[in-house]
Parts: sequence; structure tokens; C-alpha cells
Amino acid sequence: MSFLFLLTIFVLSCCIGYFVVQGVTPALHAPLMSVSNAISGIVIVGALTEAAWADAWSVEEMLSLGAVFFASLNIFGGFSVSARMLQLFKKKGDK
Amino acid sequence: MRDEGLYIIYVMASLLFIFAIKGLSHPKTAKTGNDLAIFGMLLGVIGTLFVLPAENDFWIVAVALIAAVLGVLWGQTVEMRVLPQMIALLNGVGGLSSLLVGLAQMMRGTAYTSDACLGIAIGSVALSGSVIAFLKLQGIYRLKRLPFFNLINVLVFCLICVLWIRFLIDRTMMTACLVGVAALLLGLILTMPVGGADMPIVISVLNALSGFAASAIGFSLINITLIMTGALVGASGTILALFMSKAMNRNLASVFFGKAHQMTETENALNKTAHAGSVEDAAFLMQNANKVIIVPGYGMAAAGAQYALKNMADILEKKYHVEVKFAIHPVAGRMPGHMNVLLAEAKVDYEKVASLEEINGDFETADVAYVIGANDITNPRAKTDSLSSLYGMPILDVSKAKTVFFVKRSLNAGYAGVDNPLFFENNTLMLYGDAKKITEEITADL
Repeated sequence: MSFLFLLTIFVLSCCIGYFVVQGVTPALHAPLMSVSNAISGIVIVGALTEAAWADAWSVEEMLSLGAVFFASLNIFGGFSVSARMLQLFKKKGDK
Repeated sequence: MRDEGLYIIYVMASLLFIFAIKGLSHPKTAKTGNDLAIFGMLLGVIGTLFVLPAENDFWIVAVALIAAVLGVLWGQTVEMRVLPQMIALLNGVGGLSSLLVGLAQMMRGTAYTSDACLGIAIGSVALSGSVIAFLKLQGIYRLKRLPFFNLINVLVFCLICVLWIRFLIDRTMMTACLVGVAALLLGLILTMPVGGADMPIVISVLNALSGFAASAIGFSLINITLIMTGALVGASGTILALFMSKAMNRNLASVFFGKAHQMTETENALNKTAHAGSVEDAAFLMQNANKVIIVPGYGMAAAGAQYALKNMADILEKKYHVEVKFAIHPVAGRMPGHMNVLLAEAKVDYEKVASLEEINGDFETADVAYVIGANDITNPRAKTDSLSSLYGMPILDVSKAKTVFFVKRSLNAGYAGVDNPLFFENNTLMLYGDAKKITEEITADL
């Protein structure tokens, strides 16, 4: 895939992000931040790829395992705290 | 064939993330949104694991699981009061993981690309900036702005650019590391002088950076979901930062590069006297009111007064049939939406919690405005005094209420260093003391 193609995707994604986030109610800005933190943990797919292809016990393996660790921390920490926050915003009647 | 399959999975995961954020547009759909995001993440990770060789699987899974357990424990046990600290650390962790992936890629010799180097740079800024933001939020570290900070900022930024160009020419690990170190330094000096009330903006900017770092890594890995998701997170952080700075009438650049607020204005009105009210006055006026609007600020969070407030509001509503509402300014607290989460934690119905635009017209018909731990966001100088550093900031018009109660420790100016003429108005009564204690005393008196 050419750089220009990737750049197009990047720019369009920024636009989508812009319009979607505009719709988020200010009351939920805190969960928005923790959810977006969690999904930025998607960098774990890069970390997994690097870790899987690295030679055993090499420096790059250590680095990518570190990346797996921190990305996973980001994902689980972010999702669990946002789930907890959103639970708080539920009303008694809501399902 | 396998690559195409993975590509489609990645596109689906990205779509799920977009709909997840869309779900946050209303509290009713927000939970579903979070679940969609979790599903998208699962899809992306499982899809990736499927195409990878299995040699190192044990260690990868072990490391990921340990982090998962720690992450869940952290998320489940963290106090909502210190949520800004957690988000700051998560931003840093996000930057760090992009940084490490970039370095690992270079070590393996597969991609000495400018994108990976950019990912390292952005990730480093997010990492060191977040650490400083965390220390500041914890109150461990305080530093006033030094006069030569801006110059150092510019110099370090130029240094990063030069090193990055050098990397484009020599493509060595050494230069990439130098870029990383310089970027770490930039993160430190950018965040160090930022004041407490600007924290919502800083956290949003760091959030955006951690997203863009992931995007840059996506470019070098040619990974479509990293690019899309990183851009999504980056856009989200950027919009929040712009929204917050607009709500403070500050230019985004002035948060990081601007002069510190001047304290001289404080002297203007100190010879006037403020009226001190008593707990009994507050209880009496509120129980006889038709409408009470509560305006919380960071002081409420610091004192942990949200449960006491909810208690007071309940008694007012049930026993005296008073209409109670909560008014939240966009920059109240230390991170976007912080007040809303704290009130939700105390089980305040979100329909009683209103934003600045929704409620500002209501103050005219309110009998009592109860301002607890907030100051600058009510300061009328923002409207009247064009010389004030607050001028132009949208405020909550609490002075239009018949009586205003300010729960505050002292008459000191707020973070912005501007004295608040509201304290000296005839319809303002000051309640000096701890936010939680005062609220509990009023409740006991009702």
C-alpha cells in the first residue's frame, strides 16, 4: 500500500473522529477519554507482531514484550474504568 | 488470502471503535458503546494472533495476561476523585507502548522508516508529559513558569527536527534514540510550567498525542487499524483540548507558552467587605426556596463532598419540595467531565445535572445558588472587565439568583489570580470552611 493511500485513510479517519466526537455529550467526556485510551491500546497488534517475529531473548523481543505489557495495561485499565464509570451513569429504570 | 482476511478484520475493528465513540453521545447508549469497543479490540487481537507464528506465544500471552490483571484491578479499585491521575498515566502508557514498538521495529531492522521515528518522537513526548502531569495532579511537583522556558522549548523542538532529518539520511538506531531522548525532554519542559486549572487541556492534548503516536507506528507497520484508531483518538483528544480552551477563553498555545497569570488585580477590591453567612441562614433560605442550583468545582472533588451534596439535595427535594439542579461548567475539575462522574458516583440523576448552556437562563428564576469549591467559573469580571485575564470566558451567571452562597476556605482569589467581585455583592453570603463539613452541617440543620 502506498504512502499516499495510507495518508488518505489517516486524514479521512481524523475527519470521522472529528464528527463523531463532536456528538459526545460533555457529561461523558471523562469516559470518552478512558475509552479512547483503551482503544489506542490497539497498538498491541503491532507489539504482538513484533514480539512474534523477534528472535528469542533478543533486545527486540524484550522491547516488544514491554510494548505488549503496556498496551495490554492500557486496554484493560481503560475499558474496566470506563465500564465502571458508565455503570454510575445508569439510572434505576435503565436496563 | 490471509492478508486480505486480516485487513477486513482490521477495518471491522476500526468501524466498531467509531460506533463505540458514537455510543457515548448519550448516557443510555454509552454502555453499549464500551462493549462495542471491547468487541472491536478482541477482533483485532485474535485476528492478529491467528496469522502470527506460534514460537514465542507463551511469553506473549503471559505478559499480556499479567498486564490484563493489573489493568482490571487498577480500573476497578481507583477512586473517582483521582481519575485524572489515572487518565494521565494511561496516556503515558499509551505513548510508551508506541515508543517501544517503534524501537523494536528498528532493532529488528525491518523498518528504519521516518514514520517509526516519528512514532518514537510523539510517544516520547506523550510519555514524559504524562508523567509530569501525573506528578502535578498528585501535588508532588509544583513549578512556576520560568522566563526562559519558551526559548528552551523552541530550541529542543528545532533539535528534534534536525535529528529527525539526520535520521532520514543515516537511518541508524543511534539517531532514533537521540530523537526519543530529545522528545522526552520536550515533553518535560512543555508540561512543567502548566498550572493546575489548565490540567483538563493538558490531559486532552496528551491523550491526542498518544493517539497520533499509534497512528505514526501504523504508517510504518502498514497497519490500517492502527492508523484509523490512532487518528480517531488523536481527533478526540484534539477536540476536547479545543473545547476546554474555548470554555476558558484561552488560546491553546497560551496554555503551554503563555505568560503566567498576573496576581496584581487581587488588590483592587480587597478593601470592600464580604458578608459572612451562617449554616442556619443557608438551611433556612434553601428549605424555603422554590429552586436551588448547585455549582460544584474542584473544591468539591478535593473535599469529597459529592455524597453530602446528594444527601442535601435529596432532603430538599423530598422534605421541602425544592427543585434542585446541578450546574457544571466545562472546565470545572481537573479533567473533562470530572464533576459529572463524581456526581454520578454519588447517584445524582444525570438529568438533574446540566451544562453551562442548558442552565444559564435558569439562574434568574433560582432562589439560591450554592457554589461549592468553584470560583473563576462564576467570576463576573469575565464579562465586565476587559483587562482581566478571565475576560471573555463564558461563566455561570450565579449572581442572577436571589441569594448566592459561596462555600470557600477564604476570600482568596481563584486559580486565575483574579479576585471575584461576587464575594462583595449584597446578595452573596460566604460560608467559610471545608466544603464537605459545611454541606453536612446544613443538611443536619434542615
